[in-house]
Amino acid sequence: MSLGETARLHIRTPEGVVFSLPLASPILRGLATFVDLAAMLAMTYLSWWLAHQLSVVILETSNATQILLQFLVWIFYPMITEWLWDGQTLGKRVFGLRVMDERGLALRPGQIILRNLMRTVDSLPLFLYLVGGVAAVVSRRCQRLGDLVAGTIVVRTIHSPQPDVDKLLGQELNPFRSFPHLEARLRQNASPDQARIALEALQRRDHFEPGHRLRLFSALASRFREMVEFPADSTAGMSDEQYVRNIVDTLFRHRTMA
Amino acid sequence: MILDLDTFLRKERPSWEELARLLDRAESQNSGPATLEEARRLHYLYQRVASDLVKLQTFAGEVPAREHVEQLVARAYSRVHTERKSLGRFAPGKWFFQSVPRSFRSHGKAFALSFCITLLGAFFGAGMVSLRPELKQKLIPAQFSHIYQTPSERVAAEQSAQYDPEGKTVFAALLMSNNIRVTILALALGISFGLFTGIVLFNNGMILGIVCLDYLSDGQGTFLGAWLLPHGSVEIPAILIGGQGGFIIAGVLFGWGTSLGLRQRLARVRSPLLNLIGAAALLLVWAALVEAFLSQYHSPASYPFKIAIGIVQLSALLLWLGWGGRKETSEKF
Repeated sequence: MSLGETARLHIRTPEGVVFSLPLASPILRGLATFVDLAAMLAMTYLSWWLAHQLSVVILETSNATQILLQFLVWIFYPMITEWLWDGQTLGKRVFGLRVMDERGLALRPGQIILRNLMRTVDSLPLFLYLVGGVAAVVSRRCQRLGDLVAGTIVVRTIHSPQPDVDKLLGQELNPFRSFPHLEARLRQNASPDQARIALEALQRRDHFEPGHRLRLFSALASRFREMVEFPADSTAGMSDEQYVRNIVDTLFRHRTMA
Repeated sequence: MILDLDTFLRKERPSWEELARLLDRAESQNSGPATLEEARRLHYLYQRVASDLVKLQTFAGEVPAREHVEQLVARAYSRVHTERKSLGRFAPGKWFFQSVPRSFRSHGKAFALSFCITLLGAFFGAGMVSLRPELKQKLIPAQFSHIYQTPSERVAAEQSAQYDPEGKTVFAALLMSNNIRVTILALALGISFGLFTGIVLFNNGMILGIVCLDYLSDGQGTFLGAWLLPHGSVEIPAILIGGQGGFIIAGVLFGWGTSLGLRQRLARVRSPLLNLIGAAALLLVWAALVEAFLSQYHSPASYPFKIAIGIVQLSALLLWLGWGGRKETSEKF
């Protein structure tokens, strides 16, 4: 599992359409929490400074104001930011995360309050978030206990960048272009995951051992040949790797997407 | 199946852009569509773009377009299918006088359990200290070190103490933040199947039992009543309500007597939990102010007044939680 990649939550709408939301990994969530803790610490120091300034104007209030402001910052900072920023705190904004209702619906204020009250347990021991971290790791939806009680999930909002196919493949001629009906069938038969695997294999081809590289592209090419058979004269003398390059060109290179 | 992908993308892109504009506007205003026409248009575009998504899902190489459309569908789905009533305006009066008492009563067993465990702790603490008085210093945390004196010494010291306005405000702030933390903890620890909620309540009860026994056995019952009743009549029920919330969560985890799944059971208790924790927080703010500015004022002449205040508060609390919101019964809590 890489830093930002975890499972996706699939939601079927009443209209029968399925869409998926990419769930935030516990590691990313931990990093966002670290930023939030730093922000809360900074606000605590700021509140102490404010309380000190206030004591100059209104005597006998400095210590009480300090205690109250500190308490308010630690209880209300995540609630207020998630409410104002549509499910995001400062840390979540930095790492492109967002809290959502687990059914894909709008986040309710009550859910924000509950998930943040449960932070008292999730942050144990001593704000190390071991309880919440373990819960998120074992949960299928990467939910800490607060998310479970409040019915929320944390999703990634960062868009996957469009692969730079031109840079990867150059402007070489793709013989498969002469067979648009077969290209259409290929696009229909190949799954998004298979397309991604082919693309990543090309992107990382220089990092493979020569033997492994041959075997990988051979396996990929035969998999794609099973989906669509291009005429023999268009593939004559073509290596497996070149075959996969042409497949990726067909799947990813587009004329109109900008 | 799309035969000509490029034509498809060229034709559908304006719909995606229009839906994105509508969603951006709705999200920035945090509201639903402004007019019926706009609502109809949003619904139409949602269905059209959802249909585009189904088509795009069959095309392997269209990952960026698919992800873009998928995100649009997710945002539109959230707008179209969220029940607006659930995001409606908050009515504090209705919440306080109807929703809170109903939530309290509908989970009365959880409160009873919370009360019984606290009472058990109180009897345990009192029993242990009456049998072995030397245990008092071991069972009472250092933050309550003033109790290590005899009650008579404490009463004499309190009655002769000077009024300290800064000390009172600091004390109120400390009490409020500490008690709210304890109450939130009692609620949140319900996720341990109620075990740690029970421990928190038992411990609180134990300290209370020791303090009460200490004062009563030294003939300082009136002082105890005047000191404890004004704030305790509100503070102790508030902590018990926090414990009630914890046991509600525990009950949901156990799932006895229902065939519903865990997520459905949790969804059902979210609203009562919020009502109870909100009520507990309000009560604790009130209790902290009373404790700082009234309970700690120890002139013997004020004792009858302070005891009367405590009794009035407790009666009002019982009336509120026991009878509040009984007239309207159509709404389920």
